[in-house]
Amino acid sequence: MTSERLQTFTRALASNANINPTTQPPKMRVQNLSFYYGDFRAVADIHLDIPDRRITAIIGPSGCGKSTLLRALNRMGDLVPQARVVGRVLLDDEDIYAPHVDVVEVRRRVGMVFQRPNPFPKSIYDNVAFGPRLLGVNRRRDLDSIIEKALRAAALWDEVKDKLHESGIALSGGQQQRLCIARALAVEPEVILMDEPASALDPIATYKIEELMHTLRDEYTIVIVTHNMQQAARASDFTAFMNMNDQRAGVLVEFGATREIFTNPREKQTEDYITGRFG
Amino acid sequence: MPRDTFSDELTGLKNQLLQLGADAARTIGTGVDALKTRDRTLAEAIIAHDAEINRVRYDIEEQCYELIATQQPLASDLREIISILLIAIELERIADHSKNLAEIVIHMGDAPLLKPLIDIPRMADITQSMLNQALEAFARRDAAMGRAVCDRDDEIDQLYQQVFRELLTFVMEDPRTVSRALNLLFAAHNLERIGDRITNIGERVIYAATGRLEELNIERPAT
Repeated sequence: MTSERLQTFTRALASNANINPTTQPPKMRVQNLSFYYGDFRAVADIHLDIPDRRITAIIGPSGCGKSTLLRALNRMGDLVPQARVVGRVLLDDEDIYAPHVDVVEVRRRVGMVFQRPNPFPKSIYDNVAFGPRLLGVNRRRDLDSIIEKALRAAALWDEVKDKLHESGIALSGGQQQRLCIARALAVEPEVILMDEPASALDPIATYKIEELMHTLRDEYTIVIVTHNMQQAARASDFTAFMNMNDQRAGVLVEFGATREIFTNPREKQTEDYITGRFG
Repeated sequence: MPRDTFSDELTGLKNQLLQLGADAARTIGTGVDALKTRDRTLAEAIIAHDAEINRVRYDIEEQCYELIATQQPLASDLREIISILLIAIELERIADHSKNLAEIVIHMGDAPLLKPLIDIPRMADITQSMLNQALEAFARRDAAMGRAVCDRDDEIDQLYQQVFRELLTFVMEDPRTVSRALNLLFAAHNLERIGDRITNIGERVIYAATGRLEELNIERPAT
């Protein structure tokens, strides 16, 4: 009798386990990275491991080097005259700045979405087909399937499936940005960099992009730069806080799980920034 | 849909709270069962399980802080999260009262019960049913149902008074029964406090559903 009641009681006591953070090795590793524009060191000695298939947000005041760091992750900084990189950026343990590396392949594997939606003045279809065509995919059937997949992944398919041959420019701002995400996805990248992807959008379109990021992180590693601290809090798993040092170079102050950064940061600078007591 | 992730997280948190509630409700019945049957093993299991209830309560509390810090909840979302936080605390305290019932069982050792238990199990049944109803009201965001739960606290208070008077007659008849009477009075007192805690939950249900802060059962006797 006793044991029966005891069993009924204890059986009911199932505890639910918590979700664990990623146990995968980091997708990208930034090691001792400095980025120079001529003589000016814009970011200094950054060490940062970017978790695989998670969303990492980079926050910090204007001019602290967030975008510079982001652009260094797929060698977009190479396009700036007199720019120079010191240190290493590993993508799956391979240094993307090593001499033999194909920059085009780096940018295929590490795609990018910009602040202002920048669709080409072409049809929705051709916007998404642009990357695959460059890579030599020309058969109509293959392209059709790639385009549908990319537009579905970007949560845009249902809104545009009946007008694939209309201009991408005719879409709303939020749709244009999702079109740019679809364009980035069409070449099957592994990492997606987003530079203020929602700063030109209204709140609902912003939430849609954030929701989309959340779906995408099952398959992609996402790094987002944002001025909007609330967005970093809402949408990311990990947050990196950058600030300027005395030489006005951007440094990484703190990196950690977003919930920790926003409820209990370790560094006073981080606390001051996120509570608006900066400077 | 925008904010599906946040909505899912909030639903998950709400479900976790409801589970904690079901768990706390179960401890009330089990506590009184242990008292009725003088089952010390069962009493010890209840005491041991209290640590787990406390852990879940802190887990819920932490998630509430995280949602407030990261998701900027507003309007009904904000009220719901605040209510979850406060209800979790009430549930943990309810389980503490059940633990007190279990401790009485241990404390009494082999001393026989002063009298067969009648009103105390009734108090347990009513509080358990009130708690389940309060949780359902919260799940449904039903303010009227939350208010109805609180009305039943009067039944608990009446039963408590009845137990008090009855035990008093035993003690007056034979002062040597005082220690055994006090054990039962303490048990009834814990159940009466559980009723008050459930009233607090009812108030949170009304707040979550309507945004109004109402104090219910103001005339309840001070304890």
